[in-house]
Amino acid sequence: MSKERKMTLTLPKEELMSSGHLACQGCGATLAMRYALKALGQKTILCIPACCWSVIDGPFPHSSLDVPIYHCAFETAASSASGVRAGLDMMGDTETTVMAWGGDGGTFDIGIQALSGAAERNEDLIYACYDNEAYMNTGIQRSSATPLGAWTTTTPVKHYKKERKKDMIGILAAHNIPYLATASIAYPEDMVKKFKKAKDIHGTRFIHIYAPCPTGWKSRPDDTVKLARLAVQTGYFPLYEIENGEKWTLNLKLKERKPITDYLKLQGRFRHLKEEEINLIQAEVEANYQKILKKCGL
Amino acid sequence: MSKKKDDKRIIFNSEKEMPLVAMSLGSMLYNKTGAWRNIKPVIDLSKCIKCGICWKFCPDTSIDIVDEWPQVNYDYCKGCGICAEECPEKCIVMVEEEK
Repeated sequence: MSKERKMTLTLPKEELMSSGHLACQGCGATLAMRYALKALGQKTILCIPACCWSVIDGPFPHSSLDVPIYHCAFETAASSASGVRAGLDMMGDTETTVMAWGGDGGTFDIGIQALSGAAERNEDLIYACYDNEAYMNTGIQRSSATPLGAWTTTTPVKHYKKERKKDMIGILAAHNIPYLATASIAYPEDMVKKFKKAKDIHGTRFIHIYAPCPTGWKSRPDDTVKLARLAVQTGYFPLYEIENGEKWTLNLKLKERKPITDYLKLQGRFRHLKEEEINLIQAEVEANYQKILKKCGL
Repeated sequence: MSKKKDDKRIIFNSEKEMPLVAMSLGSMLYNKTGAWRNIKPVIDLSKCIKCGICWKFCPDTSIDIVDEWPQVNYDYCKGCGICAEECPEKCIVMVEEEK
């Protein structure tokens, strides 16, 4: 019976990322790049600051991606992309999409002034941030995207991170940019849809991708997609989009949210947490989710 | 999904052979990442429902669709096990690699 079934693929078949890249086993960032390029197609130029992806791509003169890549300095992803865009405009090329692709360190901490500048000028580029919640490439140091309670090498178990994650979407929503979205690697169809939508809009577009990192989160490599899915299902990372800073849309409405412990217990970086700390995180997640629901008018 | 790119490693013997601008000349296919793995996925095609989920979630793009059936490319599979975890019919099992 199964042999008569026809295979229907839910994603574009075109593959712009080749095998043989240097990512760890079960890397979430490679999945994010794969889906993004499937949506954007061959006519794309990438600007990659120092992040995991500047290593994953491979050593010169080899590259695992079929699109041109400009490796730029850590803090200049958005400004380099603005420059590439300006150069293309001079040549009369309006077809090519320019995408800055940064990790959470290069977006939340080091690259925020360049990104804020580009958003203020409303440069015609896509900024995609794949968020693995620490500086994973340099050896799991704390970043401002690291969540409350997490272990990293600079916030050891005894002094785990006591601060909250920076509300980057809130900061960018205040810039009133044309398009802003969150995406998760566990929902590739949704992510491809968002990238395709972003491609057709002009102005600064920001997409925040949730990409688990088994190495840094001390989780099993096979749980990568499961963790990303649980993050959405627990309400820890809701999927929504904001157009022109006003129109908020929740993409996945959850009837019932799973408890946050389902998500935390799969990761070694949260192993030290006690009952009351988990309750604190649950309350934070709840408050954040309610805030987003309110903004979406639900 | 057909990989027409060649998997040769480019080595420059002198500086003169280097291109004038930084550009990529070859793919990373020379890097056979299959050597990294301890466990390998084996697909039981009799139970397969052709949903394409293993292809969709492979971070190494090492699951090819050949004549509508999934096939693991063991040259590049790093053995992360996402395909076995995500398979709705559980027809992929991770088997210990023999040395």
